[in-house]
Formats: sequence, structure tokens, C-alpha cells
Amino acid sequence: MTTTESKLETTGVSTSATTGSRGSRILGIATIIAMGWLVAFGLGFSPEDRDQREAVRLLYVHVPTIWIAYLAFVVTAIGSAMYLFTKKKSLGWDRLAGASAEIGTIFVAVTLVVGALWGRLTWGVFWQWDARLTTTALLFVTYIGYLAVRQLGGTHEQRARRSAVIGLLAVLEIPLVHWSVRLWRSLHQEATVLGTDADVNMDGLMLFSLFVGVVAFTLLYVWLLMHRTRGMAMEDYLDDRGLDEALEARRAEGEPAARAEGAN
Amino acid sequence: MSVWRIARLVAAKDLRIEWHSRVLTNQVLPFAGVTMVIFAFALDSDAVLERVAPGLVWLATMFSMLVLVQRTFAVETDDGALDALRVAGVDPRAIFLGKASGLAVQLLVLEVVLLFAAVVLFRQTVPVDGLVLLVTTLISATCGLAAVGTLYGGLAAGFRGRETLLPLLTLPAVAPVLIGATRAVEAALGTAGAVVSDGWPWVGLLVVFAVAFGVGGSLAFGPLIDE
Repeated sequence: MTTTESKLETTGVSTSATTGSRGSRILGIATIIAMGWLVAFGLGFSPEDRDQREAVRLLYVHVPTIWIAYLAFVVTAIGSAMYLFTKKKSLGWDRLAGASAEIGTIFVAVTLVVGALWGRLTWGVFWQWDARLTTTALLFVTYIGYLAVRQLGGTHEQRARRSAVIGLLAVLEIPLVHWSVRLWRSLHQEATVLGTDADVNMDGLMLFSLFVGVVAFTLLYVWLLMHRTRGMAMEDYLDDRGLDEALEARRAEGEPAARAEGAN
Repeated sequence: MSVWRIARLVAAKDLRIEWHSRVLTNQVLPFAGVTMVIFAFALDSDAVLERVAPGLVWLATMFSMLVLVQRTFAVETDDGALDALRVAGVDPRAIFLGKASGLAVQLLVLEVVLLFAAVVLFRQTVPVDGLVLLVTTLISATCGLAAVGTLYGGLAAGFRGRETLLPLLTLPAVAPVLIGATRAVEAALGTAGAVVSDGWPWVGLLVVFAVAFGVGGSLAFGPLIDE
């Protein structure tokens, strides 16, 4: 039966009380250091822009978060494919896909919020119906849908199969959305003002600060992914074994009393 | 029996049920009509309505499609018919293609009625030279919509609380169809001075979309409903 398999599956994973490990702690410290670096370079050392003044500093959050979000969604697709197409059907792949999608979605949200603020400062509006913005918004909604599918309930295997299919369909969907939105805007609007994303003649120090941002957010992503994957494994374990263990514990509590009663 | 033959049987069965229950004519078409009317209330300007009419036709189609998809799967899951089909060893690809074709026929009827409503209510005209483009657009867009609707409808069918998931999954996925079909119909109807030749690149998009989700959907449908 599938449920016994999943028990074995989850029992094999960490049953310790925390999601941390030596590796994740080291990574966590590295993330904090990199974030400190990013603050120093992003807010301190890097120069202000000739046209955008201080607003350009939003770049160091805006660009890395969306890059890492794309990376996260690629990981989700890989996890989904590995779950569906490998013989073992390891739930570990499913949890990796789910955890990565959660983090990716949050990163896209950060990109959208920072982008809207940046847009207000440089273009004077929060939102523009530009190809890239529209695709990003639809990407966000698509993965909200993916996360909702994960919450549908049923056994872990049902969740894994369903969400793996949706995770792979998103890979089909995103390029189509991107293509249609590009075609839409290019036919209907003269070249959009997108000066903010044209990183052609970027100052060396700015480029380096951006690099620091990418490193910092990559570390953050991996660190979050480790914790979240383990957290999900614990949730699955709790679903499978939690009730059994609680019952056993309760019975064990009652047993000495029952024996004492029997003696009387 | 071949996949195509079973698909035809499933589609015919769905259409027969719809024909007898009259849900399309008694509920979905009036709903779509009401949508068109309330768009007019919201936009409140003849010039604007004339300009955006093709988009409103497709928006009303998509909203009505959500109702149709829920209906087409409610018919199956109420009596556990979908499970029975699976137990009987019916290829999930055949179920997918059959249900999608049944849905496509209903959507086509809906679109024609909505276009007629746009002609009457929003002063659209259907020029003869745009007719080929219009028909091609309707067919290709409908195939794409039916594929996506059936795919996510199958996932959302049955269990309680899943119905609310359908719009969230479907609408972002069909965004390319909304964009492409709207632009193509604008070109076919000559809305806001659009010319017919502008419409063809969009039909290309719609065809690619329909093929991608037709193939992807028939492959993915099995794992999605197999529970």
C-alpha cells in the first residue's frame, strides 16, 4: 500500500526536533555575512545614479530576487519531473519542488513590490502594462495556483503527483504567456520606457554590488530551501505517524495506572 | 476501440446530456448575456464599448467557460462516472479529448451568440473579408480554451472546496488566448481601424497554444484524475 511506503519514506528523513543542521547553520551565517555585505555595498559604497539618484539602489534587491525566483521555479520543475519520471517516486523530490516554489513565489512578490515602488520613483507610476511586468504578474499568480493545488489534501502521493503535473504544466504555460504578452505590447505600443532595466553601461561598482546581491540572495534561497524541505518532511511525518505516536504515548500513560488498579 | 472513437463517444454523450438538460441554453447563455450587459453598465460609453467589444466577447466567454467546465465535470463526479470510466479501462487521453471536444462545441455556440450580442449591443460589424480570419480565430481559440478548461476542470472536479481553485488555475493559463483572440477578432471586425492582415500572427499564437495544451493536456490528464 502506498501509505506504508510513505511512512518508510518519511521515517527515513530527519526526525530530529529542529530543521537545522551543521551545514545549514554554516550557510545561515554565510547568508547573514553576505546580506551585511549587500547592505554595505548597496546602501553605502555604490554610487548614486546620474538619472535615478538614490532610487537605483533598489536594483540590488529587485534584480537578484527575480533571478533567484526563476532559479527556484526551474528547481520546482526539475523536482516535479524527477518525481514523475523516476521509478522510486521519492517524496523528497516533491518536497523539494514544493519548498522551492514557495520561496520562489515569495521572491517574485518581493520583486513586484520593489519594482512597483521603483516604478513610482522613476516612471511616476506604480505599474505599467509592459511585457516583462505583465509576464511576471502572471508568473506570480500561476505559482500561487500551484501552491493552492498542493494544499488540496489527500495522501502525500496524490499531492505529489498532482502538483508535479501542475509544476510541469507551468513550464509549458510561462513561455506561452511571455510570448503572447510580448507580441501584444510590441504591436500595440511604441518601445516602452524601460530604461531602468537597460544595464548596458553600468558602473563597475554598481555591477559588483549587483553581484553581491545575487550571491546574498542565492545563499538565502538555499538556506530557506534546506529548512523548508526539512520542515515539510516533518509535517509529512507528523501526518503519517503523529496520531499513532500520540496514541501510543497516551496508552503508555494509562498502563501503570491500570496495572496498579489490577493489583488492588 | 481506438482513442479517437472513444473520444467521439464521450463527446457525444456529454453533448446529449447537455441537449437534454438545457443548462447551456437556460443558464449559461443568459449568464453570458447578462455579463455583456453589465459590462456596458461599468464602461458607460458607446465609444469605449465599440472599441473594447471584441475583448468583452472573450471575457464573457471565459467566465461562462468556468461555469461550463464545472458543469461538465459535475455530471461525471456526481455518480462517480469518471471513476467508472477509469475502472472500465478507458484511456484517460480518450476521456480528455472527448470531454474537451464536447466543451469546445458548447463554447463555439456560446461565442457565436456573444458575437451576435456584440453586433447588436456594441455596434460591431462583420465585414466579409474578415470572415475567414474570424472563423479560424474562433476555432483555434476554442480548442485552446477547451483543452485548458478540461485539464484543470478534471483536477478541480469532485472533492469539496476544489471548485474555487478552477478560476485561479484557468485564468492565468488562458491569458494568451484572451490576448491573441481579442486582437485577432479586432482585426477581423476592423475595430478601431485594425486591418485583417494584422490578425494572422495572433492566429499562429492561438494554434500553438491549442496544440501545446492539447498534447500536454492529454498526457497530463491521466495522472491528474487517477486517484
